Amino acid sequence: MKDLLDKAVKQAGEIILGKEHALRLALACLIARGHLLIEDIPGVGKTTLAHVLATILGLKFNRIQFTSDLLPSDILGVSVYERDSGQFKFHPGPIFAQVILADEVNRATPKTQSALLEAMEEHQVTIEGETRKLPEPFFVIATQNPGHLVGTFPLPESQLDRFMMRLELGYPGAQAERELLKSRDRRELIAGIKPALGAAQLLEIQAQVPRVHVADALLDYVQALLEFSRSSPKYLSGLSPRAGLSVLRAAQAWACMAGRNAVLPEDVQAVLPSVVNHRLRSAGEHMGRAVQAAASQLLNAVAIP
Amino acid sequence: MKPRRVITEAPVAAHIIFWIIGALLLVAAPHLLRVPLWISAASVLLGAWRVWGVRRPAALPGKAVRVILMFAALAGVLLTYGTVFGRDAGTALLLVMLSLKLLEMRTRRDVLVVIFLGYFLVLTQFLYSQSIFIGAYLLLVVLAITATLIGLHRQGAQLAPMANLRLASVLLLQALPLMLALYVLFPRISGPLIGLPKDAFGAGTGLDDEMAPGRISDLRQSGAVAFRVEFSGAPPDAGQRYWRGPVLWLTDGVTWSPGAGAANAAPVQIDVSGEPVNYDVTLEAHNRDWLFALDIPATVPDIGRITEDLQLLAHEPVKSRVRYKMTSYTQYRNGVAAQNGLRRALQLPPDANPRLRALAGSWRAEIADDEKLMQRALDFFRDQPFYYTLKPPLLVDRPHPMDDFLFSTRRGFCEHYSSAFAMLMRAAGIPARVVLGYQGGEMNPLGNYMIVRQSDAHAWAEVWLGEKGWVRVDPTGVIPPARVEINTDAAAQVAEVTPLIDLAQAAALVNAWQQLRFGWDAVNNTWNLWVLGYSAARQQQLFTQLGLDSWTKLGLGLLVALGLPFLFVAAHMLLRRSGRRDPAVALYQRYCNKLARARIVRRPSEGALDFALRVARLRPDLATQTNLITALYCALRYSPTPPAHALRQLRQFVQAFRA
Repeated sequence: MKDLLDKAVKQAGEIILGKEHALRLALACLIARGHLLIEDIPGVGKTTLAHVLATILGLKFNRIQFTSDLLPSDILGVSVYERDSGQFKFHPGPIFAQVILADEVNRATPKTQSALLEAMEEHQVTIEGETRKLPEPFFVIATQNPGHLVGTFPLPESQLDRFMMRLELGYPGAQAERELLKSRDRRELIAGIKPALGAAQLLEIQAQVPRVHVADALLDYVQALLEFSRSSPKYLSGLSPRAGLSVLRAAQAWACMAGRNAVLPEDVQAVLPSVVNHRLRSAGEHMGRAVQAAASQLLNAVAIP
Repeated sequence: MKPRRVITEAPVAAHIIFWIIGALLLVAAPHLLRVPLWISAASVLLGAWRVWGVRRPAALPGKAVRVILMFAALAGVLLTYGTVFGRDAGTALLLVMLSLKLLEMRTRRDVLVVIFLGYFLVLTQFLYSQSIFIGAYLLLVVLAITATLIGLHRQGAQLAPMANLRLASVLLLQALPLMLALYVLFPRISGPLIGLPKDAFGAGTGLDDEMAPGRISDLRQSGAVAFRVEFSGAPPDAGQRYWRGPVLWLTDGVTWSPGAGAANAAPVQIDVSGEPVNYDVTLEAHNRDWLFALDIPATVPDIGRITEDLQLLAHEPVKSRVRYKMTSYTQYRNGVAAQNGLRRALQLPPDANPRLRALAGSWRAEIADDEKLMQRALDFFRDQPFYYTLKPPLLVDRPHPMDDFLFSTRRGFCEHYSSAFAMLMRAAGIPARVVLGYQGGEMNPLGNYMIVRQSDAHAWAEVWLGEKGWVRVDPTGVIPPARVEINTDAAAQVAEVTPLIDLAQAAALVNAWQQLRFGWDAVNNTWNLWVLGYSAARQQQLFTQLGLDSWTKLGLGLLVALGLPFLFVAAHMLLRRSGRRDPAVALYQRYCNKLARARIVRRPSEGALDFALRVARLRPDLATQTNLITALYCALRYSPTPPAHALRQLRQFVQAFRA
């Protein structure tokens, strides 16, 4: 299983240069059945990363470009009257896929955003009074621009909480950038990659993740982290129980990717910044870089029991 | 407009100011009742001003006004007391200055100053009283101040007075063992407190060394304790309970005084018989140098000496409670009298009280025997209509007061009778003197000791009967009970109340009151003996018993007494932390300690794997061992099924590990 995942990371790494850690985190998020949010300024490869992930996993994916005039029905689908049969027929929207690429999710209006986010939570959509199941596996890879850019509707905290991880890509390193500049167009490369996994394999791996052993000592550590985030005056609000669950699930996925059958504190430490940085509100700070520091502060302040 | 200085510190919240003023009011309450009215009024008004200023900060005075107020207060104290030093003036100054400080209490720093001054004010209360009541009260006050201090530090958190009080109680309780250890073990200063101002010793109540009619009657209204006595055996009979004090030789016809040379020391040679009475006296401070003892004392306490006329005198005036051991005999023949002494015992002013002299002269003409003549005088008091009363007519301004007493008013109490009797004896040529002291005392059944109160103050006479030596005569005792008028205030009150309730109830009430009084006195006595009476000598005694007879040992003892509780607490905290500790963790900790000695220290938040990577990078020679240990540790601690013998292997590896 580890080999499979390593192979997937390696393949993706040939296209997304110098971002192996981010790739691994993204993969961990997906095998832990979490939704992924990628946030950064335009042009650093958010969409490419999402695209590569979907392709490598060998899943049916749809890309939705969010714009300010996008309507909920553009995502979910709509019933259209057919003259031949004299009946309304449902035309499923792009949401009916295994992987949704929600590009620039914060450019859409809140109403449209919430249509997507409801689907994320329930794995089903209700259209015109009828509830329809979404395919399995189902996950959303959303990208968004930082909140301060023009023309954005920032996602409210309650909806941010539905994403297991938020990744920031950052600029590539000098070496990676040079290679990027020299090589061919990314789009052609993506078209050329072969899926490393299939839907069945992915489901199997997803089923494995919750079985990774979590010792009491490790739960002590996770609880200590949660407790510290709640009691320390450094944070406006502490981590929710859902955040705690996400940390644990992501750490299990991380351990799984490392080929271990038990979670170690290092696994928690590896995934924690990405899992909590969009949930933790640092006192006196807005979301952003400062929170990254807040997450590492949290890690440094709490001793491993 | 001039730019104002920016106050960088945050102003203090209103509720903190209310708390502080409330707590200070509690601290100062006993002082407020004691200091002159203008100081109490000024302090309360200044406090009220500050409270008003919470609502309207503009109402608080500016710097100029505060300076003027300060000088005014200083001048006021100077005018009132003539000084700013000493106990009373110092306390008054502290009180009024503290109230002024409230006006400029704006920042946290000011509040801290005020709170610490409040603690100091608590201390000054003990210069006035060290009773249990004040002690308990001040404990409550300290609790309130401490809660205020906690509130100040929690400012901005939640406003929870009860939580602050609870935390303050916990803190004070935690401080209790330390306080006890310091109280018991800290070297005590013997003698009067060095540097304590002179006026720290207020006027005590007690006997005077002059006797004029009326002096004792004031004392007799006082229920204050004069001294307490613990007997080793049975207490003496009620008729023998004469507690000897100053002896008066010299009279001017109305007033008696000790006279010159009365305090000469002399070797005591008294024939005693019967059983000795052994007892301990705990004497309250009375600011004079007499020590009281059961008539007659046969030993001399180590804090004093004995005189020829059997007065016990302390080396220093008794300014604080003292305790001494005594032995007395109630049957004796006191033949100690220098010739000079007998002559002094015959002194009478030649022109005072002519009728008294005439009466004594007429008896002398009839009776030759001294003892019979003495009996004749006692019969005179018994048979003529003499009354015993605590409110006799005033005699002092008359030309011949004793004549008036003997032949017209005939109302008086022990001072009148002993004085008149001694003068009659002297006029008849029998040496006589007056003895002041206490008579009686009640046993406290709860503490098994005797209480002698100021109301037991008494005066009696001693006459020289040749062979028999000095014989104690109590002329007051011959007045028949029918002619005794009890009209003290307390008795008057009982008389007023009695008709309202029936007699059985009254008896029960009196009984209950008596029990309560005894119980309270027993508590007080214990407090005096064990808390206030814990003197340098007692401490020394305790140390010797504990084997701490040198300073080194004492220092060691102090260290142990203070250090052990801390060790205990620390051990408790450590044990509690490691109570459910995994043995793997302990072994891993050992491994980390070994590495720490090689200056590779694991951060508490550093995972074992990360640490192993770092160790391998820093010391490639340790990589193999480290990886083994780390793998075993992680397996033991985090994996679902640790391999068999993993713990044993880990122990072996850790033991073999050398960094």
